[in-house]
Amino acid sequence: MRIAFASGKGGTGKTTFATNLAALLAGRGVTVRLLDADVEEPDCHLFLHPQVERREPVDVLVPEVDEAACTGCGTCAEVCAFKAITVIGTTVLAFPELCHSCGACSLLCPEGAIHEVGRETGRVEHSVVELRGRASFPLVTGVLTVGEAKAVPTTRATMTTADNASAEVVLVDAPPGTSCPVIEAVRGSDLVVLVTEPTPFGLHDLRLAVEMVRALGLRCVVAVNRADLGDDRVRRFCAAEGIEIVLELPNDRRLAEAYARGDLLIEAVDGLETTLTAAWERIAAAAQAGRAAS
Amino acid sequence: MTPPRQLVVISGKGGTGKTSVVAAIAALAGGAVLADCDVDAADLHLVLQPELGAEHGFSGRRQAKIDSEACTDCGRCAEVCRFAAVLGSADDGYSVDPIACEGCDLCARVCPADAITMEPVVNGVWMVSETRFGPLVHARLGVAEDNSGKLVTLVRNEAHSVAEERGLPLVIVDGAPGIGCPVIASLSGFDLVLVVTEPTVSGRHDLDRVVQVVRHFRLPFAVCVNKADLNPELSERIQAEAVAADAAFVATVDYDLEVTHAQVNGTDVVTHGGRAAAEITKLWESVSALLAGSREGRALDA
Repeated sequence: MRIAFASGKGGTGKTTFATNLAALLAGRGVTVRLLDADVEEPDCHLFLHPQVERREPVDVLVPEVDEAACTGCGTCAEVCAFKAITVIGTTVLAFPELCHSCGACSLLCPEGAIHEVGRETGRVEHSVVELRGRASFPLVTGVLTVGEAKAVPTTRATMTTADNASAEVVLVDAPPGTSCPVIEAVRGSDLVVLVTEPTPFGLHDLRLAVEMVRALGLRCVVAVNRADLGDDRVRRFCAAEGIEIVLELPNDRRLAEAYARGDLLIEAVDGLETTLTAAWERIAAAAQAGRAAS
Repeated sequence: MTPPRQLVVISGKGGTGKTSVVAAIAALAGGAVLADCDVDAADLHLVLQPELGAEHGFSGRRQAKIDSEACTDCGRCAEVCRFAAVLGSADDGYSVDPIACEGCDLCARVCPADAITMEPVVNGVWMVSETRFGPLVHARLGVAEDNSGKLVTLVRNEAHSVAEERGLPLVIVDGAPGIGCPVIASLSGFDLVLVVTEPTVSGRHDLDRVVQVVRHFRLPFAVCVNKADLNPELSERIQAEAVAADAAFVATVDYDLEVTHAQVNGTDVVTHGGRAAAEITKLWESVSALLAGSREGRALDA
């Protein structure tokens, strides 16, 4: 089964839950894979200290013009919906950072003067996390190259690596927000765990995240971090919407400090393993129920 | 008239306190235009409680639509689409997945039966609202919509126009988390980038990546380590690294539960009061001194 951790608002604890649950499940002998799909700011590795086994570049296709064959007719500029290619006089100028790799220019060039070449915009790192004891599990991390605007190709490459089918449980750490990179990361999940906090920002962004999940036809449950902070509007919202709350973690300075240091909470804070185990049982049951219903 | 100064607040990592800092600075600035460029999850209005302005539709892209009467089910559209946005088969007919379609027009151009048209998609709204500290330009992206970069650019440009129309000297932008298209769209042409981080391993890692982006665009930047007392050692390390990376200045704000209380009460932390309010006031003094310096610099350049 595939479970994605998402949130409208950033900094609510997606990475914390994803990394700790992955370690917890691996420790109990479940074959688990963790995909870090927050490619703009991938942070799972900071808590898991994995050994990187290989890195694969993420290339996107961009046009390359054969100047000898080009007649400067301007068709490429006319058909590009993204203004990524322009013709000045008879010289063709491409702006690869604006290109969406749709292939229109190369397909429609009457001279066949444009072919597409790969341009690296990110990479996928395949690594192994060795836990205390003998358990280990794979971590796949998408890393967007700094200065690149388009995250989606790297997100997609991270989500579609081989071997996902071989794991009993695939956990996905999604980026914050509700737009394209998030959608790419949560699509195909059996369940989305929306992580929030009980503040006005947390609630407002949770509403947006719930709308997004529903627009994609997915199911969700909620985990509330720093649950004793703020007010009870998140709880009331979940009750009214019929969304199960699978976990509430208190605003405990020990948790915040362990996180700040980069420690796994299940190793650093007593009792956390029990709390997360109970949450996992709820998550797994909700994901199973979703599968059965669909 | 000198053009308005522009300050953008970003963070790399989400949840470091960007929006709370922006609201507090708005209270201190006394007459600025605010722009909420975190269009995915715009929250500034929750603490500024504006009188909402009229909504304007935003269309960031066009989307293919297949006329099933004219369609001959040849499947050429599905063949050329790089985004797997054409669903169906020759037997069942074809339709467009509105979420997957990127609006490249290629299917419409190659359709031999001219059965595909490109229609504008309204994928968000934006408005100019009035807060107690000045006008707020903000937006709401439609659910599961992309093109947030274009909407960010629109919000920024509108904020700049509003500042010029009303003769306000400063635009304060609440940026998006991350380092991708919404952030890059919100960066160009700024007088100062204020990066809000926190002393956690992820805060430090994400700060490093976002500072690389800021330096890539050669923009002056300052760093605020929020919740600094959560891990004093890491906080000092981040401060030293920021100085080494040529940050214009580094400020710290200690963890203060009053920041959350202010938010729950729907107000900014300066109006609400507390220890953090005093520290952010000091931060604002450094920011405004830098912005004033950048104004003189501009005047000299011109």
